[in-house]
Amino acid sequence: MKRHIVRIALTAVVAGALSSFGYGPAFAAGDAAKGKLQFVKHGCWQCHGFRGQGSVATSGGKVLAPDPLPWEAFSAFVRGTNRAMPPFSEKILPDSDLQDIHAYLESVPKTADYKSIPLLSQ
Amino acid sequence: MARGDSGPKVDRRKFLTGVAVAGAAGTVAPQVADATPAASAAAARLPSALPPTARTIAAETGTPDVPPYAGHGRPGSDFMVDVIKTLDIKYLPCNPASSFRGIHESLIDYGGNKMPELLTCTHEESAVGMAHGYFKVAGKPLMSLVHGTVGLQHASMAIYNAFCDRAAVIVMGGTDLDAAYRPPGVPTVHSAQDINGMVRDYTKWDDTPVSAQHFALSFVRAYKIATTPPYAPVMLALDAGIQQEPVNSHGQKLYIPKYVKGTPPQGEMGAVREAARLLVNAERPVIVADRAINTTPGIKLLVELAELLQAPVVRQRGRLNFPTTHYLSRGAPAIRQADVILGLELTDYWATVNGFVDNNEHGVGINESHIKPGTKLISLGTNDLMTKSNYQEFQRFQPVDVQMAGDVEATLPSLIEAVKSALTSDRKAAIERKIDANKKAWQKARENTRQLAAIAWDASPISTARLTMEIYAQIKDLDWSMAVESGNTSNWSRRLLPMDKHYHWTGSSGGYGVGWGLPAAIGAALANRDEGRFTVNIQGDGDFMYAPGVLWTAARHKIPLLTVMHNNRGYHQEVMHVQRMANFRNRVAYLGNDMAPLGTSIQNPDIEYHKMAESMGWWAKGPIKDPAQLAPAIKEAVAVVKSGQPALLNVWTQPR
Repeated sequence: MKRHIVRIALTAVVAGALSSFGYGPAFAAGDAAKGKLQFVKHGCWQCHGFRGQGSVATSGGKVLAPDPLPWEAFSAFVRGTNRAMPPFSEKILPDSDLQDIHAYLESVPKTADYKSIPLLSQ
Repeated sequence: MARGDSGPKVDRRKFLTGVAVAGAAGTVAPQVADATPAASAAAARLPSALPPTARTIAAETGTPDVPPYAGHGRPGSDFMVDVIKTLDIKYLPCNPASSFRGIHESLIDYGGNKMPELLTCTHEESAVGMAHGYFKVAGKPLMSLVHGTVGLQHASMAIYNAFCDRAAVIVMGGTDLDAAYRPPGVPTVHSAQDINGMVRDYTKWDDTPVSAQHFALSFVRAYKIATTPPYAPVMLALDAGIQQEPVNSHGQKLYIPKYVKGTPPQGEMGAVREAARLLVNAERPVIVADRAINTTPGIKLLVELAELLQAPVVRQRGRLNFPTTHYLSRGAPAIRQADVILGLELTDYWATVNGFVDNNEHGVGINESHIKPGTKLISLGTNDLMTKSNYQEFQRFQPVDVQMAGDVEATLPSLIEAVKSALTSDRKAAIERKIDANKKAWQKARENTRQLAAIAWDASPISTARLTMEIYAQIKDLDWSMAVESGNTSNWSRRLLPMDKHYHWTGSSGGYGVGWGLPAAIGAALANRDEGRFTVNIQGDGDFMYAPGVLWTAARHKIPLLTVMHNNRGYHQEVMHVQRMANFRNRVAYLGNDMAPLGTSIQNPDIEYHKMAESMGWWAKGPIKDPAQLAPAIKEAVAVVKSGQPALLNVWTQPR
C-alpha cells in the first residue's frame, strides 16, 4: 500500500515537472463535450456515476467531480493504480481520450450547499 | 406409503370432536411435574443458572397425555391440516402441483383456507422468497409447498438465501415414494428417493414422514427447530400416499404434539463477564452488528449497551440493528480505530477486520488487516451452533479472543448487566467524558453525508440519493417500512433516513442470490399490511426479471406495496467485473451497442417495467428520467398504495 502511494506520488511529481517545462498544457487541453462521451465509452461511469459523483459501493466513496484531481495526479492514478480500481493503459484509453475525460470532469458544475436543498436540509 | 389399507371409517362429527379435544388438551401432565421434589428444591436455591424444572423436562421428553385422535378413516391430509392449524402459520404461498394435491384440497376445503391462507404464486422461488421477507418483518415463519423435484429445484436458491440470512421458513415438498403404486409418467419423474437431499446442505433439519402420526411429530418438531435461534429453513418431504390415503394409526393413539417454544441459547456467563471486562477497559471499543437484531426491543438493548460503553456501532447489511439517528452510529472506518471489537452475529468476521483488494487478473488480490495489532476481538452469535460443510457461507476463518455461542438478543441483557458490574466509578467517568465528542463526530459525519448526497442532485438518470429522499418525503408521516432494497443504491437509505425500528430496514438476502428482492418485498409488505404499515422497496432491475410473476401474486391477494425501480439497465456488479478483467488483460471491453461490456446490459430494448406491472394488475407509471417528475409521481403512487393496491414506478437511475 505504502509503496504504491509512493509510486503514484512520484509519477505525479514527474508529470508536474514535465508540465513546468512546458509540456503540461498539451496534456490537459481536452474537449469536455467529447469527454462526456468518452467517460461512458471507456466505462468510467460504471463505478463513478455519469457525473463522477462516486459511490461508497463502487469507488470507496471517492468523488471525481466536481473539483477533479489536477491533470497530472489524475492521469498518473489512472495509468498506475494498483488498488481497487483497475489501471487503464494508453493502449485501451489513449491520452487524448483521457484528456477529454478530465476536461469533462472539470466542467461539472459545483454542487449546491445541501442546506439549500429542502429535502436534504430537513 | 402403503396403499389400499383404508381401515375402518369414522364419521365426521366424531372426527371433529377428536380434533377439538386434542387441540384443547395438548399438554403434558403438568400437575405431576409441579409436585416433584426436584422442582421445589430448584425454587428454593434460586441459583443464577436454573436447571430445567420437572415441568420443562416433562414437556420436552414426556409422552403427551392426550386423547386418541379420532381421525381413523379420514384423508391423511385432513389430519395434516389439523396439525398445521395448531401452530401460528398465517399464510402459505405456493405454486400448485400434483404431488401435493391431497393437502392442497384439504387446506382449502377442509381447513377453510385460514391459518394458513393459501397465496397463489407463479414460481416456487417467489413463494419461498415471500416467506423469507415475511419473517424479517413479522418474526414468524410461513410455510410453502413445492413440487417434489422440479419445484424444489425452483425453490432452492430462495431456501439458500433464507439459510444464509438465518430466516425461519418451513418448506414441504410433495413426492410419491411408493414405486409400485404411484402413477407412471410425470408423477414418477417428479419423485425421488430423497428430495430433501437437494437442500440438506442449507436447511437446519429435514425429515420424510412415512405415516400420519410421523407427520405430526415431524411438523411440530420442524416448526420448533426453525423458530429457535439460529433461525433457519427446515424441509419436510410430503409423501403422496400419506396425504391421500385414509389415516391409519395402526391401532395406536393418534395425537398432535403440543408445541412448546424453544428458548434461545445464551452466551456462557464466564465468557460474557470476560467480554464485559475487555469492553469496559477499552479506550476505543467498537460494536459491529450484522444479522443480529430481529426486533425493535432488541435495537433498544443494543442502544443501552452502546451508550454504557460510548462505543460506536457499525451496522452491516444483515439487519438494521441500530438506529441511524443515534449519535453512536458510525461507518466501517470506525473499525480501524478500535482496540476492542464486539462482533454481533457477523456473517463474515474476517472481512470485518481485514480487506481484500481485487486488483489483478489472477484473482488472488491483496489481503490486508484493517485493525491495529493487539486489537481484542469478541464474537457473540449463533454461527457455531449451526455448522454445515459444503456451502461456504461460513466464510473465512477468523480467530477471536472471546467466542460466545449464543443469540444476540437473548444475551444482551446479561452482557449489559455484566458491563454495569464491571464499571468502576473511574471508568464510568472516563467513558462519560466521550459523550460530547461522539455527538460532535456524528453531527459532522451527518453533514458530510448530506453534502455528498447533494452531488448530482439534478442528474439524469436520477441519482440514488435523490431517489431515496424523494421517496421519504412522501412517506415520512406514515408508519413506513423500507423493507427491501435490491440492487445497490450506495446505502443511501440507511445513511439519510431516520430509522429506529426493525422493520424500517430489514436487511439483505443473506446469500446474495439474485431474484430475491421482489418476492421478499411482497412478503414483507404482507406482514406490514397486517400491522397497518406502509411498505416501499427500491427494486433492482436485474433482480426484478428473475421471477416477475410475483407481481401478479401481490395484485391477486391485495398486498399493498410501493415498488420504485432502481433501473440502471444492467447487471451492474457484472458490468464492473467484466470491465475489470478487460483492464487487467489490457484489452478494450467490447460493448456491442450497449453502454456496458457485452452480456451485462439490460437494454436494446429497454424493458418497460411499468407495463409489465400494469399487465399484472398494478398501478404503474414510467419511465421517469427527470428528477423533477419524481415527487408528483411518488405522491400519486403512495395514494394508490394507501388504498390497498400495489403500485410501481419505473425510474431510470444512476448505476449505484
